[in-house]
Amino acid sequence: MATMNMLQAINNALDIAMAEDEKVICFGEDVGIFGGVFRATSHLQEKYGKARCFNTPLVEQGIIGFANGLAAQGSVPVAEIQFADYIFPAFDQIVNETAKFRYRSGDLFNVGGLTIRTPYGGGIAGGLYHSQSPEAYFTHTPGLKVVVPRNPYQAKGLLLAAIRDPDPVLFLEPKRLYRASVGEVPEEDYQLPIGEAEITKEGTDITVVGWGAQMEVIGKAVELAEEQGIACEVIDLRSLLPWDADTVAESVFKTGRLVVSHEAPLTGGFAGEIAATIQERCFLYLESPIARVTGLDTPFPLVLEKEYLPDHLKIFEAIRESVNF
Amino acid sequence: MMTQYVHQPDFMTGDEFSIPTFSLLNPEGELHSGADEPALERDHARRIYQAMLATRILDERMMAAQRQGRLSFYMQCTGEEAAVVGATAALNDADMIMAQYREQGALMYRGFSIDEFMNQLFGNELDYGKGRQMPIHYGSRKLHYMTISSPLATQIPQATGYAYGQKLAGNGHCTLTFFGEGAASEGDFHAALNMASVHQVPVIFFCRNNGYAISTPAVEQFAADGIAPRAFGYHMHVIRVDGNDVLAVYEATRLARKIAVEQNQPVLIEAMSYRLAAHSSSDDPSGYRSKDEEEVWRAKDPLLRLQKWLLKKQWWSEEEEATQQETLRREVLETMKRAEKRSSPPLESLISDVYADITPALQRQFDQLKRHIRRYPEAYPRGAQSLDLDVGTETDTQGEP
Repeated sequence: MATMNMLQAINNALDIAMAEDEKVICFGEDVGIFGGVFRATSHLQEKYGKARCFNTPLVEQGIIGFANGLAAQGSVPVAEIQFADYIFPAFDQIVNETAKFRYRSGDLFNVGGLTIRTPYGGGIAGGLYHSQSPEAYFTHTPGLKVVVPRNPYQAKGLLLAAIRDPDPVLFLEPKRLYRASVGEVPEEDYQLPIGEAEITKEGTDITVVGWGAQMEVIGKAVELAEEQGIACEVIDLRSLLPWDADTVAESVFKTGRLVVSHEAPLTGGFAGEIAATIQERCFLYLESPIARVTGLDTPFPLVLEKEYLPDHLKIFEAIRESVNF
Repeated sequence: MMTQYVHQPDFMTGDEFSIPTFSLLNPEGELHSGADEPALERDHARRIYQAMLATRILDERMMAAQRQGRLSFYMQCTGEEAAVVGATAALNDADMIMAQYREQGALMYRGFSIDEFMNQLFGNELDYGKGRQMPIHYGSRKLHYMTISSPLATQIPQATGYAYGQKLAGNGHCTLTFFGEGAASEGDFHAALNMASVHQVPVIFFCRNNGYAISTPAVEQFAADGIAPRAFGYHMHVIRVDGNDVLAVYEATRLARKIAVEQNQPVLIEAMSYRLAAHSSSDDPSGYRSKDEEEVWRAKDPLLRLQKWLLKKQWWSEEEEATQQETLRREVLETMKRAEKRSSPPLESLISDVYADITPALQRQFDQLKRHIRRYPEAYPRGAQSLDLDVGTETDTQGEP
């Protein structure tokens, strides 16, 4: 075991994948000698050469178009989009190409080797364009997998799984935790399953679901709730597409109450999908309405970021209201 | 690059450069004076011509079939067979082709059978694409022809990436991507050329400048002298070629391939041609261009030009022409009848290939769908047939009044 922050864990996963398979190729804006603006690809160019780790021109649609072709050829590209806020020029390549490559060709061709890494989320004074959580645009796209780790251990295991997964994966990295989240990470190779949620804390009164950076916030809210004698069951979805409805439903059968939290705006957010599915599956077991604690339906603010974000107090309030319904 | 300083303001427009058009054969099928005949063997030249002829006949027959209501949609390559087949013939058959959608001539040249065309056009159980895409969205792994995708220009940066992989693999292959002059307005075009040049990728960007993007004429698509000058901005090799002259297209592409594979450098080719047919079966060109304009280009028919050259060389004969046309027409009609009668792809093909493995959530949706189809089989004849349900007769679920 070693102590790593999330960036070191991601860098370590990329290092392992590149050492193991020469078809693994990392690229994106500033990814080469500089190692990425967050340093997730540090030293990879020195170690594996410019052909396998390099800078691209500043063109997101080109990066993903290139990555799609490279994956179709049989390589294993790991493409970085510098901020999830800048993924939209590549939206066509991801939604119309990456996601549909296998289906439209009847499995003659696929881009299963592709992993798209991108930092997402707020809490870093990034304003409108360095804070967004665009996951719901992509969870609406069959053919993609969408994965979000919550800490360094999860990041390494899930990223290695994503790179080796036979389907293209959008890997959303909570950038607020890049250096803030530190933990024990095995130095050796390991994978964590894509599509399986994890119960991070057991409890009987209420289920609280989230993913990525929001898990830390949920943790704080749950501490407050526990002080008031509310036993919370906490679930990290880890993978949003496909998502593990069974684990959430099993939990809600037991607790009868559910709070879902994400940073992205409320309307059309992924919490809506979870709420709809769980009320379908658990209708007769629900003791209170399913609550969503999310960002507001506004662009991401700057000075009033704290007010916008679904922080531990807002989640705590939602837990209290649900239990007292 | 050394910066040269001047001390008077001097704006440039690009008019300082003039890109000529490379041409070998005149419309009479004779070599221009000063033109060298490419080193093209008799059998190779015949293979090219036969692919062009077969494409022309397939297109005529299938357009007619579309008009008879037998086919939902069709797109013809007519007028551009030389550009497409000539370029393909200059490649190694194992080089990847990433086409736009009007390049069936490339598949014809590589040996895609009429049956294979028909199965895709009718989306039957033998269609490689499992009936998922509209007609003309062909693909063939064994012939190194990437499955067509409707969104324009997306294949261009993909070709850059594919060719980058070929370069790393060191297999001596390259990728050629076809696109129209309209698609060259998309951001993906610029992204692709810039990345290919920066990363020294063995890819050939082949622009079919056929004068129209549906109804929009080239003069409303760009202000500059076509697509070719854009290569300068990317420091890329470029050549403009008479797209109706198959010998010129062949020779230009052959040399472009040498640059791509031997120097790991991308090349842009702009083939000047004309879309003689409508954009698609849903389009009517009489609304935006004149018959007179079409006649000018009909006189430059690339198929006739090559045919005349072959006849002069005695590599082809009138008798062969007649026999070949007759045989092809018959084959197209016979295979069409076969393809029409085949079953649809099974209901499972609705949910397979979304992912490598069917996800549990999708399986649940599918099970629900099957239960629904069992309840109302008449409303879903294809799905019901696939589930082996009795369609067209009264069933228990419908009940007697």
